Amino acid sequence: MRPAIAYHKKCRETQFYDGNTAIMAKMHFNYFVFVVFTILALSYVSCQEADVWSRVNPSVLRVGNGAEPADLDPHLVSGVTEHVILSTLFEGLVNLNARTLQPMPGVAESWELSPDGREYTFHLRHSARWSNGDPVTAEDFAYAWRRILTPSLGSEYAHMLHCIQNARLYNEGKLEDFSQVGVRVLDPHTLRVVLEHPTPYFLSMQIHFTYFPVHRGTIERFGRMDERGTQWTRAGNFVGNGAFQLDRWEPDRILVVKRNPYYWNASMVSLNEIQFYPIDNLNTEELLFRVGRLDLTSTVPLNKVEPYQRNYPEKIHISPYLGTYFYRFNTKRRPFDDVRVRRAFSLAINRDDLVRNVVRAGRAPAFSLTPKGIENYIPPESAPFNPEEARRLLAQAGYPEGVGFPPVEILFNTSEDHRQVAEAIQAMWRENLGIRVGLRNQDWKVYLNSLSTLDYDIARSAWIGDVIDPVNFLECFTSGNGNNRTGFSSPIFDGLIEEARSASSVSERFERLREAEKLLLEEAPIAPLYFYTRVFLMAPNVQGVYPNLLGYIDFKNVFWNVN
Amino acid sequence: MAGFFVRRLMEFIPVVFLVITLTFFLVRLAPGGPFSGEKFVSEEALRQIEAQYNLDAPLFVQYWDYLTDVLRGDLGPSLKRPNRSVTEWIKLKFPVSLELGLYGLFVALFIGLPAGVLAARYQNTWIDRVTMSGATAGICIPNFVLGPLLVLVFAIWLGWLPVALWEKPVDKILPSLTLGVVYAAYIARLSRTAMIEVLSQDFIRTARAKGLSEFQVVFRHALPGALQPVVAFLGPAAAGLLTGSFVVENIFRVPGLGTEFIKAALNRDYTMIMGTVLVFAVLILFFNLLVDLIHAWIDPRLRHD
Amino acid sequence: MTSAHRNEAASFTFQGRNSIARCFLRNRLAVASLIVLVLIVMSCVLGPMFSRYTWQDQERENRFQPPCRTHWFGTDNLGRDIFVRVLMGGRVSLEVATVATGVAVFIGVLYGALAGFWGGRVDAVMMRFVDIMYSLPYAVFVIIVVTYFGRSLVLLFAAIGAVEWLTMARIIRGQILSLKRREFVEAAWATGLPWYRVLFRHMLPNTLGVIVVYTTLTAPRVILLEAFLSYLGLGTQEASWGTLIQDGVAAMEEYPWLLIFPSAALTLTLFALNALGDGLRDAFDPRNSSHP
Repeated sequence: MRPAIAYHKKCRETQFYDGNTAIMAKMHFNYFVFVVFTILALSYVSCQEADVWSRVNPSVLRVGNGAEPADLDPHLVSGVTEHVILSTLFEGLVNLNARTLQPMPGVAESWELSPDGREYTFHLRHSARWSNGDPVTAEDFAYAWRRILTPSLGSEYAHMLHCIQNARLYNEGKLEDFSQVGVRVLDPHTLRVVLEHPTPYFLSMQIHFTYFPVHRGTIERFGRMDERGTQWTRAGNFVGNGAFQLDRWEPDRILVVKRNPYYWNASMVSLNEIQFYPIDNLNTEELLFRVGRLDLTSTVPLNKVEPYQRNYPEKIHISPYLGTYFYRFNTKRRPFDDVRVRRAFSLAINRDDLVRNVVRAGRAPAFSLTPKGIENYIPPESAPFNPEEARRLLAQAGYPEGVGFPPVEILFNTSEDHRQVAEAIQAMWRENLGIRVGLRNQDWKVYLNSLSTLDYDIARSAWIGDVIDPVNFLECFTSGNGNNRTGFSSPIFDGLIEEARSASSVSERFERLREAEKLLLEEAPIAPLYFYTRVFLMAPNVQGVYPNLLGYIDFKNVFWNVN
Repeated sequence: MAGFFVRRLMEFIPVVFLVITLTFFLVRLAPGGPFSGEKFVSEEALRQIEAQYNLDAPLFVQYWDYLTDVLRGDLGPSLKRPNRSVTEWIKLKFPVSLELGLYGLFVALFIGLPAGVLAARYQNTWIDRVTMSGATAGICIPNFVLGPLLVLVFAIWLGWLPVALWEKPVDKILPSLTLGVVYAAYIARLSRTAMIEVLSQDFIRTARAKGLSEFQVVFRHALPGALQPVVAFLGPAAAGLLTGSFVVENIFRVPGLGTEFIKAALNRDYTMIMGTVLVFAVLILFFNLLVDLIHAWIDPRLRHD
Repeated sequence: MTSAHRNEAASFTFQGRNSIARCFLRNRLAVASLIVLVLIVMSCVLGPMFSRYTWQDQERENRFQPPCRTHWFGTDNLGRDIFVRVLMGGRVSLEVATVATGVAVFIGVLYGALAGFWGGRVDAVMMRFVDIMYSLPYAVFVIIVVTYFGRSLVLLFAAIGAVEWLTMARIIRGQILSLKRREFVEAAWATGLPWYRVLFRHMLPNTLGVIVVYTTLTAPRVILLEAFLSYLGLGTQEASWGTLIQDGVAAMEEYPWLLIFPSAALTLTLFALNALGDGLRDAFDPRNSSHP
């Protein structure tokens, strides 16, 4: 194996024999030889980076994990970094196969679904244990779900459970009695869940941290049930039921989880230890991987993607991801209150050019809001790049050749990647529509504020799906939804989403959603740009990490192939 | 001396008060709150969280509460990283920044001072020119360029040093160097100027006439006199080293207070911003005081100023 | 860093104009720096007009071209000409430097002059205020202000200017204090001029040398501060040298020209400004004319 990146391998030897030897000879020759040998010896040592993973400890995995986790309380976190760690520390009722994303037994060894699709009965395995040895019971799940739905806890992600009967009412404080929420403990090892509507993705949601059980005794030892920021999540106090348990948590340095001996399937877990390194700076993360200090990274800096693909295709992994990057138009403000203008702007974006030359990293051009790859759902596609049609629409709207078009700006939150996309699109609109739009970047929180108060013309946005289902993307644009942020409101669209929710069959449901998405693309309050990919680096001998839409890694099945 | 000390300590109070007030209102006036995110958070959840942190009270009430809490030594919980209080975070992060700052100071002194002395001793020779051009260059290269360059050369090409992290002693070389170089350059320039002035004075000529070795003349006789401006510079330098380490901490992933502050500011973690700013303000005051004390100690005339 | 020059504020004695010029011209480094600076400013102002590219023109298929005959400094990720972008970035950086330094000098000179002129208790109070301002964690405040209240150039000028005026105020106050006892000032008083004329017509012009010197030494710090803010993503909307360097750092291994040219421009400018400042100081202050 060669060192991590070829262009660093330019060998030290040539540099030192390249010099003018005649002059060198006149110098203190011995000294020179000494220096050269020292440097060669040292660079030889560093050349051993050639196989930076050869002496690795096969029971430990070192993972670069982006930002530092804000907390480890599954009811209070909201980020991806926390999700990765929490999925090693907890286990839900159901696991997903990381290769196929099909439900597999977790804490529940089996389950039944009622014929109307609204009632799940889970049978919990008797061998499931907390990391302190206590048995995991149906009561633990009911407690956890009651806790996250408790209004005074103020969980930012509680809406994930709103598909459970009456959960929304309880969460909003309109219902006092939790026994009316569709969660019933039939006996310590049987849990029944009644849903508001048939929810085909309910099982796959069980790998989301909001559905994990929590250990009541531990939480209430350190505070009230609805208290934020108590010390129960610290190493030493923490009790989970996952394949790993929290061993060490030194903020901004390292978080270590170790094999949980009480885990019901502990014998199948290969890794003894996972070290999560929080590293914000992408370039630093890549460097640490290159010198062999990390075995798996959270992402790859854009400029490094092509060199890795060229030189080390076995180390870089690119796969589709359940996320869409799109532009919002403010439909409440001139000129984007006119659907023709919105469509013209969308038609004038050359998405193939954008993904090939600007965003790169294997990302696919987006002509729909929902990403491709959702099983059984083929999203409708908006019209492809068509500058003539765009100009025609613009002329119809009263701006022939862009004349008389009011000044507008693209709003984005400060980040180099967003700036580049905005600059490319700015150029495309200038070339294809003759319109010069301005750019405006704002700090993240200011930007969010501008979005929700509709104080923008065009704004960069993204949506990363929490569950693999189109409704998760589409429901954002129902009237008055907090994620709408475009002012778009269509009773027909709202009706279609509502019909899809209560549809009796999967095919009917997807048909309604397809119609809704088609309408959304025609009305064009948004212009989808590209679908995200998940890009990461991994040591060649690590096995068991599979590409999937959720970027889900099942660490209990990850292992080193030491041969 | 004690009176001087106490008087200066008393002056801390209005400054700290000013800092708290300014920061408190600046931060609260800014658009966006700590709990907004890419995905919409329901009004109800927001209201509950704000109630838990007393953020729903009128602003002046919150301000008053904060002031009284600070007087009792309570900086509140961190809003965005809730499982530690701000005080705990500072206790965890500040020692790292302090350590990094100290190493940076060592680098600054151990490179800057000899360079300045050397340049002054060999004034107007090539040594002087090279050293001083180096010093000027050192001031001109931003540390966010210098850091990655040092990493590229010493960690990647040569493979001698680690690329980042803050665990083993060897990890700390590159961050300290990156942080200290600018200050080394300033110290080199300052000490050269001062040294030249001292070297031209009569008592040096006398010392040379007595036949003392050049080493003794420069280091025993001239250097103490040339140190004063350097000492005066150390106050602002130390403060700058401690508060100006954001970039270095980010590049080398050093778990210090600087990145904590930046993150808090970007996340609107109100209590954390207040806490870190307070630490920085007290530090700067402290170092200014320290420098004045050293001055008073070196030059007794100042004590009765 | 702000007060790095606190102690370099040696008292200046005003020399005859000719001897200053002679002294300055003898300093080859300073003269070369002046020439370099003039060239940089001229090319930033005029250069973009003569290029066949504008800073926005994209040849997206032509991205990451190394320097070649058509693109002297190569192209960036969107196929834009780096040469023009460096010049345009220079405009932004130099504009920020000029205005922010101007703000700092204006406030500093006015404040220092009034404090030194009035003297006594007023002076004590005013200077105490400067001491207090020195104690505020300024980098922190600039960051807070710029983060929260947008990225306008005006705000950036104000924020940076407000940081940098303190040193200037101290130096000018010292100068005015020492000028007060000079004969020509007493002569001006004797003719019955109002105080503001004495101060602004007779005393301040005599501090011009110091003002020029410290202006040239403040400018590089302002440019660096702007670059630092850009690095944090808190700079202006338009690309400045700081922004270009930030892009370049991320690509320095693959596309080194993205880093080399903007940082060379920045470093060269800062170096020239510093060398020019040193040269001017030596010229104005013969006691110190020991620079190589």
